[in-house]
Amino acid sequence: MLDMVTQNIVFGILIGALYGLAAVGLSLVFGVTKFLNVAHGELIMLGGYVCFWLFKLLKLDPFVSLPVTIGALLILGLVIYKLLFVRMVKLTEEVKIKNTMLIGFGLSLILQNIALKLWTADDRGVTTDYSGMVFTIGDIRFPVIRIASLLIAFIVVVILQLVLKRTYIGKAIRATVEDWESASLMGVDVSRVYLYSFVVGVAMAGIAGTLISVSYSIEPSMGMGWTLKALIVMVLGGVGSFLGSFVGGIVLGVTESISTVFIPGSYRQVVGLLLFLLVLIFRPQGLFGQKER
Amino acid sequence: MLKLTNINAFYADLQALWGVSLEVNEGELVALVGSNGAGKTTTMRVITGLLKPKSGTVEFYGKTLNKIPAHKIVEEGISLVPEGGRVFTKMTVLENLEMGAYTSQARKEKDKTMKFVFSIFPRLEERKTQRAGNLSGGERQMLAIGRALMSKPRLLMLDEPSFGLAPIMVQNMFSMIGEINKQGVTIFLVEQNVRAALDLASRAYVLENGRIAGQGSTEALLSFDEIRDAYLGC
Repeated sequence: MLDMVTQNIVFGILIGALYGLAAVGLSLVFGVTKFLNVAHGELIMLGGYVCFWLFKLLKLDPFVSLPVTIGALLILGLVIYKLLFVRMVKLTEEVKIKNTMLIGFGLSLILQNIALKLWTADDRGVTTDYSGMVFTIGDIRFPVIRIASLLIAFIVVVILQLVLKRTYIGKAIRATVEDWESASLMGVDVSRVYLYSFVVGVAMAGIAGTLISVSYSIEPSMGMGWTLKALIVMVLGGVGSFLGSFVGGIVLGVTESISTVFIPGSYRQVVGLLLFLLVLIFRPQGLFGQKER
Repeated sequence: MLKLTNINAFYADLQALWGVSLEVNEGELVALVGSNGAGKTTTMRVITGLLKPKSGTVEFYGKTLNKIPAHKIVEEGISLVPEGGRVFTKMTVLENLEMGAYTSQARKEKDKTMKFVFSIFPRLEERKTQRAGNLSGGERQMLAIGRALMSKPRLLMLDEPSFGLAPIMVQNMFSMIGEINKQGVTIFLVEQNVRAALDLASRAYVLENGRIAGQGSTEALLSFDEIRDAYLGC
């Protein structure tokens, strides 16, 4: 029993890191631009398929091809932003959230159908020579590739955090999150900050997609589930707290995983939503967010 | 240096400013007074480019600012301390000041300007590693002014610097503003605290329902019965 719980905690942390990474991307976009891009999950899906294609067609190792995937998603992000989202910049926050949600839903349908055409509805995954490698401590199993994914997710979040803390553009992003009008009074070109944040958020979705495709599986309709997870985790961690989102992801992963020891696995989605409701009731600013002053 | 001519500005369909014209000259300390909702903040928003006027011109050293976006206007040398300070509460005092020196010209002289700011507000230096959200109201206002000074403005605009401060702090704040003016920074001040503003400034404009209702030297304005009745209650 204890072993089973421990093993589930390990698996929970490993999947949770990917929830976290998915949420950090969404949180970066939402925190800065107030665009609620519900197609975030579809962008994750596309990231997964780019990695899958590079692996199938060019025999590129998924970890080697990661920079290419990031590049592809950066360009995709730029195109989507210029084509669809740039018009939303000037709207008030409330209208912005509503309109971008509608755009996001439309975009997710389009991307899903493109994926269906290109890759069919079959589950796909990237299976390398080392995919099955596992090391064990006691009776607890650690799949090597998922550990590597966890490390990459963690490194990405740390890099983001360093950029936000140390660089001028990072500080401009944080200032914009808090008060875009004051930021523009300082000389920050807010529309450029929006563009950068959006594009980087999309690239992070691409990284998450790659890591999902190597450790789990991808299919064209996976997007909505991941958007939902990212939303839950974003609220769990506290909107605008990026490290919080990452930890929130791990909290959700572990909670879901442990729950399967005690109740049937088909209820694991419910556990996440319950956690979400509890946080909203008792700590609406999120587990790691600060109360609004 | 700053000249507004016939400004008409709207919030959606609601007209907030009606043909406002005013002027601020180099080295002056000019006040814009008026009751709540008279359009004082709107005037500041128009000058800083946060609100584009429907008609009329904003000129700064002869250059028309109407078409320039807000983030470029600070490069021209205009800096605004918004009402309530609006410092970045989740960032440290130091980071707030760094944000003030965001433009490329100001960034080059960041360290020097910061020394100057700390010499005016030594309190900020003591608290530089603290988050702005943990500062008192008075300290936040100092930070907001310090942040605005970091861009090395030729014109510093202050929107209600006495807002929310204890009476003893208000006196303090106004003498600091006078001090900054003596250092050579031109100041355009918006205040509801008419008495204090008129005591400090050399010239003032009175704004009423979005229109300029009076202007002149502060001595002259203080001697007008209407203004004494309406704003000073004596």
